[in-house]
Amino acid sequence: MVKTLEKVDAVVVGSGWAGGIAAAELTKKGYKVVGLERGKAQKREDFVGAKDELRYDVRKLMFQELNKETLTIRNTLDETATPNRSNDTNAINGTATGGSGVHWNGMVYRWLPTDFEMHTKTVEKYGEKIIPKDMQLQDWGITYDELEKYYDQFEKTAGISGEPDPLRPGQRSDEYPTPPMKETDIIRTFTKAAKDLGYHPYRIASANISETYTNPDGETINGCVYCAFCESFGCDFGAKADPIATVLATANKSGKYELRNNSYAVRIVHENGKAVGIKYVDTETGEEFIQPADIVVVAGFTFTNTRLMLLSEIGKPYNPKDGTGVIGSHLTAHQRNLTHTRVRGFFDEKKFNRYAGTGALGVTMDDFNVEQLDHTKLDFLHGFCLRTSQRGDRPITNNHVPAGVPSWGKEFKDKSIFYANRRIDVQQQNGALAWRENYMDLDPTYTDMFGDPLLRVTSKFHDQDRNIVRYAHQRGKELLEQMGADHITVPEITEETEFDKTSLSDHTGGGVVMGDNPETSAVNNYSQVWDMDNLFVVGASSFPLMGSSNPTATVGALAYRAAEGMIKFLENGGGQLVKKEETAKA
Amino acid sequence: MADNNSNNPKNTNEVSDPGRRNFVKNTGIAVGGVAGGALLGGLFSSRSKNDTNSNTAGDKGSGKEKRYEEARMYFTRIADFAILEQAVERIFPEDDNGPGAIELGVPYYIDKQLAGPYGSNVGDFRQGPFIGSKAAASDSSLDRGQIFINGLRTMDAESQKRFDTNFVKATEDQQVEIMTDFADDKVEVKGISSKGFFNLLRSTTLEGAYCDPLYGGNRDMKGWKMKEYPGAIASYAHMIEEDKFVKMDQVSLTDYQPK
Repeated sequence: MVKTLEKVDAVVVGSGWAGGIAAAELTKKGYKVVGLERGKAQKREDFVGAKDELRYDVRKLMFQELNKETLTIRNTLDETATPNRSNDTNAINGTATGGSGVHWNGMVYRWLPTDFEMHTKTVEKYGEKIIPKDMQLQDWGITYDELEKYYDQFEKTAGISGEPDPLRPGQRSDEYPTPPMKETDIIRTFTKAAKDLGYHPYRIASANISETYTNPDGETINGCVYCAFCESFGCDFGAKADPIATVLATANKSGKYELRNNSYAVRIVHENGKAVGIKYVDTETGEEFIQPADIVVVAGFTFTNTRLMLLSEIGKPYNPKDGTGVIGSHLTAHQRNLTHTRVRGFFDEKKFNRYAGTGALGVTMDDFNVEQLDHTKLDFLHGFCLRTSQRGDRPITNNHVPAGVPSWGKEFKDKSIFYANRRIDVQQQNGALAWRENYMDLDPTYTDMFGDPLLRVTSKFHDQDRNIVRYAHQRGKELLEQMGADHITVPEITEETEFDKTSLSDHTGGGVVMGDNPETSAVNNYSQVWDMDNLFVVGASSFPLMGSSNPTATVGALAYRAAEGMIKFLENGGGQLVKKEETAKA
Repeated sequence: MADNNSNNPKNTNEVSDPGRRNFVKNTGIAVGGVAGGALLGGLFSSRSKNDTNSNTAGDKGSGKEKRYEEARMYFTRIADFAILEQAVERIFPEDDNGPGAIELGVPYYIDKQLAGPYGSNVGDFRQGPFIGSKAAASDSSLDRGQIFINGLRTMDAESQKRFDTNFVKATEDQQVEIMTDFADDKVEVKGISSKGFFNLLRSTTLEGAYCDPLYGGNRDMKGWKMKEYPGAIASYAHMIEEDKFVKMDQVSLTDYQPK
């Protein structure tokens, strides 16, 4: 028996950055919000004394257990997909209060003006011909300049520590709220080499913050102590901006927010083109509920958002054969076995304090971003950042050795110990563009714990995807040579390097994408669904591409924009916030 | 390794002797290797408690700590455990840097992991059909515990086939040859690729060498000491800007967590 509960102003699926921002902004305006979080309740106290690499970073305690729900994966349309069965192969999805926003590293980048108008700018600069067959470039229906104030709002909520990118003058309305993090020997070594080569390094903007800060909502984030347990961990010291410390605290103190944990959203309930509410299961009791609301906000991760739309039969599912439909299209990611491979430099005479650090402690440069490159001379579109970071190497997961050394046995042990603190990595993060046959739909075979179909991911690497990484690796190698590394290991990217169960990362986007045209997008620039005015789908699911840096700030900015739209919608009695006829020019 | 014993129960008992010998050696060293400062109090109080236990149990009369937690939780056959000991020591051998996997407690660490939720894949997606690649341990319809049993016994059978002796009794070079072929996916193992089993063996060996000692591996934080990894340190804010390498005393969660 499904029990229907009392109606509220808004029901929000998810309590990560996207859902947390929506909840904070709506409750500040006095609206009553119910949050549904599939994971357990957690608070800062849960993270005290949690410096346990095995439990958190290896066994992935803060990630969704796959016995409840997972993805199936295949490369091509004619293959049978198989499930990603273990977080050993790949842990992607956060869970519990605060979502992935709790265990993130805290790297904060603003995406580039070109990212938001990728199709227009590419055609302007090079003509339509440069776009490879089957690549799907799309504008977002919003420009960087329009989004800037929301980036600023996110940075101020999170107290971000940083300094401006020298190659992007005039793109900030204000400074970062706190100064950059401390500088380490590794950062100094990278910075000098980059400057020697004529590049423009600057400090990575960080959500592990340089000094104690109180945000405009009155929430305080402590100064980071560089304890080296950041990614995969909740912060022991309340020194990482996460949804628990910021937006959820703001929502809670309004008295208008109720977060229900262990509440698994299974359908968006809708009637006559309007969302009615969310059907969910209390996983502690097995009871089913419908939470009705004036507006329904789906703010889970890419996969949750896409799957809920498909299961609820809202919008037209994407068809890769003829390119029609939208739900499930534009799947892009920073692939762990491609984008996230690193060039490693080993130093025989120099030791660094690699065991110390924090998630976003590092230095980055934009000299090879999409706006800096001349693509007529290159075999790829978009670009990349190059950087090094000092997160604090932990011993189980860091056993890197120079090329040619075996991965076990006497020499391995000796060299992995010798080089444990004698290493600098250069990492690129490149833009990932959408392809016609990389998409998501519902799996025909495998089901979740409720018997609903799993989400199926179909994806394949293209030459472009491999070429940009190979090119970036060479630039990383040059930087390490300039730093004086004695041995440099460049990952081999061959034709056999292919999308597999290890590929997808927490930087995965698409499925419910944003645009200016309902034919090719699911949501408008307020993350409002074109086909259903009172439904907002917020998060990385709205990205038509994955930019060349970390996505969280863009999720945050879009969530602030979406929250503004929700408030307008509630204040003005509904309707589309973006007029289709004005914007659907394509 | 000099311990080339046959596989009969009596002699296999001797196989675990290096561990026992090292255990005695380790605990002698441990008190001297303690991290400094405020941590001493807690460490000594828990140690003296163990000493009392040891004495009560009539252990060797030397006042050395007895490791009551080192008995098999998962492996039922001592022969399987003996193969595991030799295999993990080949992956992470004793050398000039310091102890190998056996002395670090890796075999018992793995035994405990396999006896718990990780060994029976509790958090994993286990719905069939199990089709396609068996490249990763989690793709197998076997759970991790079963993978270890099949893998270790296949290593033993391979040794019998190639060298007419069991794995534990084979020379180090022979053991390494077999394990190399497992790593290169050249051996048939029922229900899992040999590479999938080997990768699981390797990753759990490194876990046991470097995990917090609370899990039974990284005995006396000796894995961390070799690697100059400090462990659970509250703050590096005072030294993060240093140009020089800073060597620090190790701190385990036993000492770090509030009690």
